Amino acid sequence: MDINEIIKPENKVYGKSPVLKDAVMHYCPGCSHGTVHKIIAEVIEEMGIQDKTIGISPVGCSVFAYNYLNIDWQQAAHGRAPALATATKRLMPDKYVFTYQGDGDLASIGTAEIMHACNRGENIVVIFINNAIYGMTGGQMAPTTLLGQVTATTPYGRDAKLNGYPLKITELIAQLEGTCYVTRQSVQSTAAVRRTKRAIRKAFENSMMDKGTSFIEVVSTCNSGWKTSPVAANTWMEENMFPFYPLGDMKDR
Amino acid sequence: MKEEIIIAGFGGQGVLFMGRILAYGGIMQDQEVTWMPSYGPEMRGGTCNVSVILSDNKISSPILSRFDTAIILNQQSLDKFESRVKPGGVLIYDPNGITRHPERKDIKVCRIDAVDEATKLGNAKAYNMIVLGAYLKVKPVVSMENVVKGLRKSLPERHHHLMEMNEKAISVGMNAVEIL
Amino acid sequence: MAEKILMKGNEAIAYAAINCGCDGYFGYPITPQSEVMETLMQEKPWETTGMVVLQAESETSSINMVYGGACCGKKVMTSSSSPGISLMCEGLSYLAGCELPCLVVNVMRGGPGLGTIQPSQSDYFQATKGGGHGDYRTIVLAPASVQDMYDFVDLSFELAFKYRNPVMILGDGIVGQMMEKVELRPAKPRRTDEEVRALCDSWATLGKPASREGNIVTSLALDAEIMERFNIHLQNKYATIEANEARYETYKTEDAEYLIVAFGCMSRICENVVELAREDGIKLGVLRPITLYPYPEKALDALVPQMKSIMSVELNSGQMVEDVRRIAAGRVPVHFYGRQGGAIPSPEEIYEAFVKKIKK
Repeated sequence: MDINEIIKPENKVYGKSPVLKDAVMHYCPGCSHGTVHKIIAEVIEEMGIQDKTIGISPVGCSVFAYNYLNIDWQQAAHGRAPALATATKRLMPDKYVFTYQGDGDLASIGTAEIMHACNRGENIVVIFINNAIYGMTGGQMAPTTLLGQVTATTPYGRDAKLNGYPLKITELIAQLEGTCYVTRQSVQSTAAVRRTKRAIRKAFENSMMDKGTSFIEVVSTCNSGWKTSPVAANTWMEENMFPFYPLGDMKDR
Repeated sequence: MKEEIIIAGFGGQGVLFMGRILAYGGIMQDQEVTWMPSYGPEMRGGTCNVSVILSDNKISSPILSRFDTAIILNQQSLDKFESRVKPGGVLIYDPNGITRHPERKDIKVCRIDAVDEATKLGNAKAYNMIVLGAYLKVKPVVSMENVVKGLRKSLPERHHHLMEMNEKAISVGMNAVEIL
Repeated sequence: MAEKILMKGNEAIAYAAINCGCDGYFGYPITPQSEVMETLMQEKPWETTGMVVLQAESETSSINMVYGGACCGKKVMTSSSSPGISLMCEGLSYLAGCELPCLVVNVMRGGPGLGTIQPSQSDYFQATKGGGHGDYRTIVLAPASVQDMYDFVDLSFELAFKYRNPVMILGDGIVGQMMEKVELRPAKPRRTDEEVRALCDSWATLGKPASREGNIVTSLALDAEIMERFNIHLQNKYATIEANEARYETYKTEDAEYLIVAFGCMSRICENVVELAREDGIKLGVLRPITLYPYPEKALDALVPQMKSIMSVELNSGQMVEDVRRIAAGRVPVHFYGRQGGAIPSPEEIYEAFVKKIKK
């Protein structure tokens, strides 16, 4: 059978969202970023807001998110995406504005910016990828690295005496009056992907309802940084990350 | 005409505001003006001063080391600025709280008991307007009409009912000033 | 005749911003410039022109809000004083690297460190030679009066958008705190969405229409060749700015045999020095650079041959004098006089220093 006989509309079971560009992603096989990008693209497509969405990319692996979603993008300095998003949303309130930030960007260098943007109740969407490690710079300790977890800068495992404790920043964010929706999700299974997509859609819808900030943590894998295979990384995440970072809504109003 | 003035005293005496009215009065008669305050910790209750320049021509330096007139409202300011009045210039001071009085003989020294006069008026807040009146009597560089216009410009709308009180205080100062 | 209002330099910045159609101000309190944001909050321009005014959590956040707003093709600004500007330098580098228009006002105070809140000009190097990382330039305007503070806001936005480059108003505690009369200018309305779209759609994040690909505002290019090409592009732009935008003023230089170079308020104080010198029969004049970057090189270069010596007078330990020496290029002696840490010299003091230098 010729390939052109197979590629026919009636045989189509899945299509890539047109919001995604054709670019080949630079992410490692098994990385969660690609999946999260895909569902953001699908939400933008389904809501019909490609012309109204502004993304703010961080510093970290997902700095290049702008190469994959065909929308207007700003690329922030490390940790400052919520400040850019604040001004963007206030100056263009009819636009959907979201930041996409990793754990180093959001929970370490950018702690002040995320806390204050959420506390002011900026009508933005924050997508927070927590894989408990610095991916781009080569696997150093993140603020969310678990106790005992081995990284390039905790070669003997994270020690609370030396490095302090893993930061549950999402729990802190949920305490802030300015946030309307705070949830922790994951993308390691079809069901989890569906839940995360619903959460992202709700967050985008919230941002036009003057309800405050919507914050979605996605507990993610970094099999390269964790020095394991994609499948083993998923298992490690379920066994170690989920008990410390339990999934589910923390706030929805 | 060019008049270079320093007004110095404690924060809270209305020093900056007095300077502002003078400056606005100058604008009303189409002069060039600058108003340069001391700022910083002084703003929070310590000593405070403002230099004001009124001139028919463009003003170069807003920073002064010598003054045509010094209006002095506490001892620290007297100690600091008495020597910096130009020979033949004017020093107006309120003797309240002063232990060492002005000593210069080559300048015109005037005295205004503004604290007493304000007490008599029953309005401690009129203090700076009484001092302003004293100055305008000795040095009528700004006409009363323009001072009133300057006052109106300097007072927020909600305080315009105080205009009459302030004008009265200015005339009290004009009458009470004593040339020594 | 336009109305003349008595106001502080800091207040003038705020009124000028509203008046010239600024879209957003983002700031953090610091002495001696807090009146800028206080005045804006008092005036509530969001109810009149629609201008956004926001107190950020830090100077770092302020400049990054400016970054975000500038990405949207908006006229956005911040103001601060020296220590706050240090915090903003990272953001300034990004803004320059992304070729974004914006206005940053620095009402300088003495340093280093927390320093003093008194006036200073010790951020000349920081403003004109970088501050942040990378090969970038900021257009720098030095106001000498409250009217300058007012007028330079609109001029800054004009230049910022003309060259898609950050512009800095480099004032000091004197021009910030001083009151003078200001002639108000005719109001410019804020740009409409359509106007912003027409002017900035090729690069700004306004929402991607079907007719074009998504715009990406970034300063990142990992490929050395691409990064070098971009750097050369920037340098070409700076060369154009240097050729076209140098601004200056002279005071009694026509017959001058001696020259003082001074910027901002110091240029006014030095005009009094000229009077003192001329009373003594010494032909002194002043060159006041209005733009510190681009520096008025040609103007100074042309004055050098007629001078017996030049003195740079600054509120710092000698920063601009390095540019003056560079341009004088050994043709005449170049002296320096300055005060630091918030001290302001009187005309008499400067004149005395000048006489000492020329008699040596």
